[in-house]
Amino acid sequence: MGLDIRKPIGLLLLAIGLQLALYGFLDASMGMNINLVWGAVLACVGGAFLVAGFWGSRKSG
Amino acid sequence: MHIELAWIDYLVLGTYLLFVLGIGFALRSRTRTSTDFFLSGRSIPAWITGLAFLSANLGAQEVMGMAASGAKYGIATSHFYWVGAVPAMVFVGVFMMPFYYGSRARSVPEYLRLRFDEKTRGFNAITFAAMTVFSSGVSLYAMGILLAALLGWNFHMSILVSGVIVLIYVFLGGLTSAIYNEVLQFFLIVAGFLPLVFLGLRDVGGWDGLQTRLHAVSVARGFAPGAYTESWQHMGSAAANPMGVEWFGLAMGLGFVLSFGYWCTDFLVVQRAMAADSLSAARRTPLIAAVPKMLFPFLVILPGMIAIAMTESPAGTGFHLPAKPDGTLNYDMTIPMMLGHYFPPGMLGLGLTALMASFMSGMAGNVTAFNTVWTYDIYQSFIRPKASDAHYLLVGRLATVFGIGASLGAAYMATVFNNIMDLLQLVFAFVNAPLFATFLLGMFWKRTTGHGAFAGLVAGTAAAAGHHGLSLPAAAASGVKGGWIALVTQYPSEMAQNFWTAIWAWSICFVVTIAVSMVTIAQEESTLTGLVYSLTRRPEETGTTWYLRPGPLGVVILALVAVLNILFW
Repeated sequence: MGLDIRKPIGLLLLAIGLQLALYGFLDASMGMNINLVWGAVLACVGGAFLVAGFWGSRKSG
Repeated sequence: MHIELAWIDYLVLGTYLLFVLGIGFALRSRTRTSTDFFLSGRSIPAWITGLAFLSANLGAQEVMGMAASGAKYGIATSHFYWVGAVPAMVFVGVFMMPFYYGSRARSVPEYLRLRFDEKTRGFNAITFAAMTVFSSGVSLYAMGILLAALLGWNFHMSILVSGVIVLIYVFLGGLTSAIYNEVLQFFLIVAGFLPLVFLGLRDVGGWDGLQTRLHAVSVARGFAPGAYTESWQHMGSAAANPMGVEWFGLAMGLGFVLSFGYWCTDFLVVQRAMAADSLSAARRTPLIAAVPKMLFPFLVILPGMIAIAMTESPAGTGFHLPAKPDGTLNYDMTIPMMLGHYFPPGMLGLGLTALMASFMSGMAGNVTAFNTVWTYDIYQSFIRPKASDAHYLLVGRLATVFGIGASLGAAYMATVFNNIMDLLQLVFAFVNAPLFATFLLGMFWKRTTGHGAFAGLVAGTAAAAGHHGLSLPAAAASGVKGGWIALVTQYPSEMAQNFWTAIWAWSICFVVTIAVSMVTIAQEESTLTGLVYSLTRRPEETGTTWYLRPGPLGVVILALVAVLNILFW
């Protein structure tokens, strides 16, 4: 199989999360900055997947 | 309603499409044999096949359709999950997967050949291949129409670009690429819709506020106050609930015939489990999928309930579902309207990406199932039986191109002949309804013969068509809705008619299969080892922890789903 799916999942969620968080952090458009909050959540989840993916391949490698 | 996308929305969508194609390219060099292409080399861990098992069924029609049903019927829509999916997923994992995986069959139709004969396999393979292409086309058509209405995108470009992206990643990486992308799509769908539920619930005052508003909706529509928030209490009679079905038709038609017929015999989902790296992983695949499946009503049905509560509640929130030309509410627009109402630029891109992801996962599921059944069960069986493995790999890739092309053709056909597509889907429903009886008898009664199975399938299909032709939902005209032979029975709703059509088809198939099997020559028992329950050794799974054993895991899942049914009784 060869490709650890946790890495692309992590990278995608991290990339989209950072895009949303940066966009929110920089645009006036709940009274809550949903882009910043949800972007940060996605980036954290993505980061966790990435760490798990690299940790897993280090253990098996 | 028209939504303007900002640059950030296109950036999010573009990032997703880049990853989808990247996975296809990354897996290209690892797809060397037909087994790699069609079965992922049987090398994928259970948690991945489990999420793909769920995601392949999570097409946009499912996501948007269930939200629409949530708005139309309330919490009773959860029956499609807690009654109409999870029990069947546990059954296929615990009892049926040992035969599918253990027999080394490469597809569900191939299991039918091993267990019965070539004509039964041919009947199933040809109808399944045609059905996957048409349902993929209908899904593509729905997506093109939605994107044109919502974003003003060109219909032809929308369906062509989506089709080509799916074609590229399936063509390059085969089933593995489809499965990996389905897992990616699962996470995106959750990421895109979860904030929608959170924001919507906050807006209506939480679950208590939603209940209060829905009680008013129920009473205004002539039902008891809890009809939209209690799933079982109003199932005593069809007139007492918005679905228009009673408990027996629901439990037998949906909970047994239709759900077991889909989850236990449809190669589209079973193929994901067959790609697992061991028999144990294959058995756990549907069980792992059942856990998020039982929670999905909170992700896809709840937005529909929130939408109808806000639309019909006097304390308005500025949200309103649009009306169709005939003045009735357009429930199909629930998810797009909610996205437009709650999400600012950025989040809107994520929501639309989730919608696109669900379209693509459904389409890729159909195409990978089609190319496998076409290559193994039609081409290799009836056209060119003894070619090289490289030849079948090439045929599989060409079948992928043909499958996408035929889906695009079906989408265009739907734009011109919408009624013909309705008719075709109806015919496929007739073919599907009796299927589970054939598999149940084939796997658990060794006396079932090939002639019995084939006669049962034909009789069951005829019974479904006959019942449909003799019945009609209330307030419907004769034609595609039924009653095209004569009007013998009238049902309170189209859903009730569908459930009872399935019950009749299954029962006739069951009886005819047994009757014909009793008067035809039984198969040699030695040929049925690994294919029939009584002639197959039980898989040994002692010594592993309970959650790695399908039996205990299945019991825990059924207990959890029972708790959910009681909580929302």
